[in-house]
Amino acid sequence: MNEDEPLVRWDWIHDHYGLFGELTVEHLKLSLLPVLLGLLISVPLGVLCARWRLLYAPVLTAVNILYALPSLALFLVLLDYTGLSIWTVVIPLTLYTLAVLVPNVVDGLRQVPETTRQAATALGYTPLRRLIAVELPIAVPVVIAGLRVATVSNISLVSVGALVGIGGLGSLFKTGFTLQFTTPVLAGIVLTIALAVLFDLALVLLQRLLTPWSPR
Amino acid sequence: MNDGWRWLTDGAHWHGPDGIPVRLAEHLGYTLAVLLVAVLVGLPLGLLLAHSGRRTAFAVINVANGFRALPTLGLLVLFFLLSAGSALAALIPLVALAIPPVLVNTYEGVRQVDPRVRDAALGMGMTGRQVLLKVELPIAVPLVMTGVRTAAVQVVATATVAAYINLGGLGGYLMDGILLRQYGTAVGGSVLVVLLAVAVQILFTSTGRLLTPRGLRPEPNNRKETPG
Repeated sequence: MNEDEPLVRWDWIHDHYGLFGELTVEHLKLSLLPVLLGLLISVPLGVLCARWRLLYAPVLTAVNILYALPSLALFLVLLDYTGLSIWTVVIPLTLYTLAVLVPNVVDGLRQVPETTRQAATALGYTPLRRLIAVELPIAVPVVIAGLRVATVSNISLVSVGALVGIGGLGSLFKTGFTLQFTTPVLAGIVLTIALAVLFDLALVLLQRLLTPWSPR
Repeated sequence: MNDGWRWLTDGAHWHGPDGIPVRLAEHLGYTLAVLLVAVLVGLPLGLLLAHSGRRTAFAVINVANGFRALPTLGLLVLFFLLSAGSALAALIPLVALAIPPVLVNTYEGVRQVDPRVRDAALGMGMTGRQVLLKVELPIAVPLVMTGVRTAAVQVVATATVAAYINLGGLGGYLMDGILLRQYGTAVGGSVLVVLLAVAVQILFTSTGRLLTPRGLRPEPNNRKETPG
């Protein structure tokens, strides 16, 4: 890096507001779509695992191994099949989301007190209605705790996708590396953290709205 | 995928200074060094926090969790540029990302120790240090090892990304493959990285089980010592 290069060149930032906007939108699409898909898959999967203990052990092992797989390697392997579409990044991030959410859904459902379950049954709830109206709402805080972890780590992981050409704000890091100046790198880091904090807070708020009975 | 297998099974890639064994050794070297520092910092700090005021602990744990939001690639490039192009500067963000899982899990592990167990140990005349080393730490082992495993897996992945700023290791193949548009090299390298990550995961899972005191290991026919 040049000796007299300032840490942040504000004029460069002012010239690239449009780029920041585009990249932020792409970044959100790449990181939140997997959270949504992961949630849609892990709730039914978690319900099944909470019912049948025998199913849970192999599923847990599988998701733990999935979680260990380095993102860059998965992106590269998928590149041959999904090319430069968003799926190259969305599929691995969905798998990571599953790895975080499935155990939380199972734990959330298992901590429903037996007495509560019996009370619902005594009130005439069918098993399905009991699941939707009683058990899942009680599990919400644990599930949202998992959603927070998945959302924040997805938002930070998307950047790695920039190395294969699909990375939202991560492309700013490549720009900084190629042009050897820190301004885009810092801008990318700050925007990524801001998105993570914003969506983390949004989820906390969502939890309060969904579970008005929980203590503040 | 086929190009990847062809690359992997080509004997030429298994020899020489750029061969797979050398790159693998590099990758393992970085991983171990970073992990060692992370444990040396994270473990004592976690123990200390578990015995400090709730407010300090809350703040530190939240900051540690907040580290999850940091984009790895950005940090690597930033440290690389600030250090005037030293690839070894990459090790600093690697350590910074590996400390939080160790620290948070150590803290949680000690925190979840049943206060009655702690009281019993004190009642038996153990000193504070004995309670820490002979009671709290062994009970915390499963969680601590989960933290170390998480950190290890993460370092393997992050060290791969660090090849972007020329750190070497197995990630080098991925970068060469991307830059030179040699898909076989990229996929072959990816397969190696995936295998390494799975191996590390399995190694630390079993080490964690071995280090867990016998009384805490879940046994299939374990009769419950305490009711409930």
